Amino acid sequence: MMPVGSSVPHDSAVRHVSGAALYIDDLPEPRDLLHAYIRLSEHAHARVTRLDTTAVAAMPGVAAVMSAGDVPGVNDVGPAFPGDPIFADGLVEYHGQSLFAVAADSIALARQAAMAAVVEYEPLPAILTIDDALAAAFYVLPSQTMERGDAAAALAGAPHRLSGRVDVGGQEHFYLEGQVAMAIPTEGGEMLVHSSTQHPTEVQHLVARSLKLPDHAVICETRRMGGGFGGKESQASLIAVVAALLAQRTGRPVKLRLDRDDDMVLTGKRHDFRIDYDVGFGDDGLIHGIDFMFAGRCGMSPDLSGAINDRAMFHADNCYFLENARIVSHRCKTHTVSNTAFRGFGGPQGMMAIEYAIDEIARYLGVDPLAVRKRNFYGTTDRNVTPYRMTVEDNIVHELVDTLARTSDYAGRRADVAAFNAANRWVKRGLALTPLKFGISFTLTHMNQAGALVHVYTDGSVRLNHGGTEMGQGLYIKVAQVVAAEFGIAVDRVKITATTTDKVPNTSPTAASSGADLNGMAARAAARTIRERMASVLGVAPEDAVFADGRVTGGGKDMTFAELARAAHRARVSLSSTGYYSTPKLIYDAATLTGRPFFYFAYGAAVAEVEVDTLTGEYRTRRVDILHDCGASLNPAIDIGQIEGGFVQGMGWLTSEELWWDSAGRLRTHAPSTYKIPTSRDVPADFRVALFDGGPNREDTIYRSKAVGEPPLMLGIAVFHALKDAVAATGDGTTPRFDSPATPERVLMAIEAQRRKAGV
Amino acid sequence: MREAISFLLDDRAVTVSGLSPTTTVLDYLRTVLKLTGTKEGCAEGDCGACTVMLGEPDATGWRYKAVNACILFVPALDGKRLLTVEHLRGRDGGAHPVQRAMVDRHASQCGFCTPGFVMSLTVLHESGTRPSRAEIDEALAGNLCRCTGYRPIVDAAVDAMAVERAVAGAEAPAVVGSLAYRADEAVYLAPRSVAELDEAVGHNPGAVLVAGGTDLGLVVTKQHRALPALIALEGVAEIAGVAETDDTIAIGAAATYETALPILERHYPSLGAMMRRIGSRQIRNRGTVGGNIANASPIGDMPPALLALDASLVLRGGGRERVVKLDAFFTGYRQTVLGPGEFILRIDVPRPTPDVRLHCYKVAKRFDQDISAVCGAFRLVLDGGIVRSIRIGFGGMAATPARARLTEAALLGEAWTEATVRRAMDALDADFSPLSDMRASAGYRRTVARNLLLKLFVEVGP
Repeated sequence: MMPVGSSVPHDSAVRHVSGAALYIDDLPEPRDLLHAYIRLSEHAHARVTRLDTTAVAAMPGVAAVMSAGDVPGVNDVGPAFPGDPIFADGLVEYHGQSLFAVAADSIALARQAAMAAVVEYEPLPAILTIDDALAAAFYVLPSQTMERGDAAAALAGAPHRLSGRVDVGGQEHFYLEGQVAMAIPTEGGEMLVHSSTQHPTEVQHLVARSLKLPDHAVICETRRMGGGFGGKESQASLIAVVAALLAQRTGRPVKLRLDRDDDMVLTGKRHDFRIDYDVGFGDDGLIHGIDFMFAGRCGMSPDLSGAINDRAMFHADNCYFLENARIVSHRCKTHTVSNTAFRGFGGPQGMMAIEYAIDEIARYLGVDPLAVRKRNFYGTTDRNVTPYRMTVEDNIVHELVDTLARTSDYAGRRADVAAFNAANRWVKRGLALTPLKFGISFTLTHMNQAGALVHVYTDGSVRLNHGGTEMGQGLYIKVAQVVAAEFGIAVDRVKITATTTDKVPNTSPTAASSGADLNGMAARAAARTIRERMASVLGVAPEDAVFADGRVTGGGKDMTFAELARAAHRARVSLSSTGYYSTPKLIYDAATLTGRPFFYFAYGAAVAEVEVDTLTGEYRTRRVDILHDCGASLNPAIDIGQIEGGFVQGMGWLTSEELWWDSAGRLRTHAPSTYKIPTSRDVPADFRVALFDGGPNREDTIYRSKAVGEPPLMLGIAVFHALKDAVAATGDGTTPRFDSPATPERVLMAIEAQRRKAGV
Repeated sequence: MREAISFLLDDRAVTVSGLSPTTTVLDYLRTVLKLTGTKEGCAEGDCGACTVMLGEPDATGWRYKAVNACILFVPALDGKRLLTVEHLRGRDGGAHPVQRAMVDRHASQCGFCTPGFVMSLTVLHESGTRPSRAEIDEALAGNLCRCTGYRPIVDAAVDAMAVERAVAGAEAPAVVGSLAYRADEAVYLAPRSVAELDEAVGHNPGAVLVAGGTDLGLVVTKQHRALPALIALEGVAEIAGVAETDDTIAIGAAATYETALPILERHYPSLGAMMRRIGSRQIRNRGTVGGNIANASPIGDMPPALLALDASLVLRGGGRERVVKLDAFFTGYRQTVLGPGEFILRIDVPRPTPDVRLHCYKVAKRFDQDISAVCGAFRLVLDGGIVRSIRIGFGGMAATPARARLTEAALLGEAWTEATVRRAMDALDADFSPLSDMRASAGYRRTVARNLLLKLFVEVGP
């Protein structure tokens, strides 16, 4: 089996199914381990007039209590900007904010003790909604505007014009493993932190900064996460830092694991958005001009909201050429939890905006939305410049959508749905095809770099380390496949090791779908360095040594990989190397929001068919067809897994997953009993997923593959639009404003509005 | 009377004493036994990461159930066999067929939910059936996966079911008599007969009855409250089953949903279909119909149907019994007519006559394992196009599960037409003033409740 391009199982699959894969809470507990608990604020916005922890410290089993004044270094874990206090310092800005932490002999004792504190507040007026924040111009970061052409003039001159608003809900990550860290003090005042994080380097740096240690005195290690989805990019830091602070204070190891409710209340989620659109178009549905206002709810601090809202703007075009576009983005501050990275990172909200506007155009014109979509697709040689001035050089959306429309029998099923709806009064079906184009690269250009460390041992086995983290996405096995392919050995000869900041330093987060692209290239660079040295031992030029099937041949010699490794060692040639990669071609000006922020684009499309009970608003997804572009896939099984999982997560975001805050700013959906992610029954029995055979990535990525982590989430938008289509079928073919998530309640209320409009 | 808990961990006899009786099986596994394959995802029985396999001895060996370890108290293991993901193996000593299929189908990604899925599927595998997709979905309704999108897990289930059963037998521990377990200033009593139950209740007036504990577990895991005295009903054989007479289905207070489901479904298919959506398989394996009623939650799913069916409760206290109609049982939000020391012994449900139709509707954000926004049940008898009898029960519309009496009155004796039904829909507005909360707005509750009447009309036909 060729290591690259084959469906090698996840490296931990056997351990997953036998319970032998260790997550941080499963690690053998060190002697004298303490358990930490964070006490959360009970107001959305208030001055803390009294915080008396005397009684806490006096409780049995308590080893330490720490609040804002006890932090030796900086009391802030903001990843890009300050604003995320470790412990509130006299002011709380969301319900559930960290006030102080306790370390005790057990989690039960720590929790009990924490509740013994006296906390008094002076409540302040709270801004809880996007509308309130907009009205007060209350922002965490300055507003941004992206413009191309003259949107105002195009709108004024367009034959047709529609404007409206749609609200897009947020989303809880619901990684199955909650946030957790274990900090272990080591000799010389150093700190080893096991953290369930997508960003070990940032955890290392923030632990060092808060403990007032140099970076070199802190190691952060991450073997695996039980899911991340962006929720452990910046949000893991607070947990790790609090554990480390208490460990430093007590000189004992400290574990901090949030229970599900505290996790959901304390940590950030996907930004909900208000989207206002004003679009002008011709009789054929071609968009002449468009004006978007995006208002993203950032919560109480900037966190990563700048880049997230930027990415929403970068995806307001999706697959469509917007010759005259103006996109204004407000980064709203509210007294709610600070929203954060979540698979897609603002892109999904931007895509929802344009897809919604296009659907409205089609319904206004009375034509199939797919026709309007296709009418507006980017061209391949012209009409191919984005609102941020990047030329789309790799457009494959035409072939991809045409193929999917054919394989899914879109046209035939459109007729079937119409016939069904004509014959059924109370049950209606809906059908939609939505495409996606997603920009691959961190828009913060300097983050597009990675490092790796590869050792070859004299028995020919290989030990691999790199800066990427494993959260289930299969990054570790993909990079191991790359290294195995470079050395021409079997994948199981490559030992995968935990990500740790003392092996590969100064890494970027495993985010932006970049894990395999960046770390695969870095690991390949390391392997190639070693390979070149091994070729020299063979006495041939690097290109004349063939590494294949566990053997190396060249210069008339033929030996096993292990034999050559031994020979290299005897010849005093190093068998260890680092590898480094930085993404080429990126030129981007953050001040003007123009340039080439992305190395390339990933594409995909989905067709969804739903059936709605128009008396209750309940619905089922009958069938979904997906065609997705992974370039030359490194591992088709892993990529299919990302596509299916991403689609279902996106479907959940837009259907059953509803975050609900009460009027006091308390999140009331903070556990799976109230927050409903899809279950197996929600996945259509007829679910057809295929990789698009669109050829290798035209850019020189790792084995010409394409990133796959985030893009498939946006395939779920098809389900939302199929529901909108079914709602339209209950009336005159249009719909009232239809916000997401499209819960049965929203579906029914939209249908009832249609009925009232039609007078039935 | 025994004072220590005895159970089999896989095939090893284990005795427990000195451990707080409200220690959950999950905590016990992870912190005492150091078996960390079983995970905590939510500590409320909603995600299934903690799913373990519980064997109960029967005449043929062991009857296995998937249960949520996170909300199961350790004393509930008494006399049973506990298997976790660490205990599974195939007939050849290697991986169990379910484990193999999960690997072959690429059915794990982050792997955190995986042990729970493996255990749910292993229990299904032990049933020796070839389940349909719907049956697999039903078995997995209590297991959440956030990575895979479920398709490969379902495929693995199908593959594994083609392989013969693999869980080895084990000799049941000789556990006889009731359990009186005391530790950490708390007591857990597990009587074996109604007489012992009377005595236990009599001697422990403040004790809380455990009728499954799928809600009670959350008092410990979510509210972090102590429960100093518990009396478990599950061992009381007289009330653990369902008995049928010519006109009545008598559901013992300790009968689980899964025990009651096939019998109720046989008589009332719509009720059975609704019950398959209550909680999850793990929850229904422990939760009881009696507990759902005694809990007096306004959003319990059994009361609306039982109100529509005019069920009666047999209450027992101080050795005396009385019969209360269910529609006189709830007195306010989480309040009932139960006096001190009084408990539900049995629920009597009338069997249907051929002219009775029962239609149950559970409306929620998600099809499986979701608490209802509104639950409505309609018992209808038509005679020559006239509504001869109508009883309507609703949950989620008021502080208690309640009948829609004005709506019933608007229908009774009227011609069964859409016009009649639309008048009844207006009457429903006068019956209830629902609240808005995280599950639904008052407006949706009102609208959907009205529409359920129309849905009934559409389904029954003119």
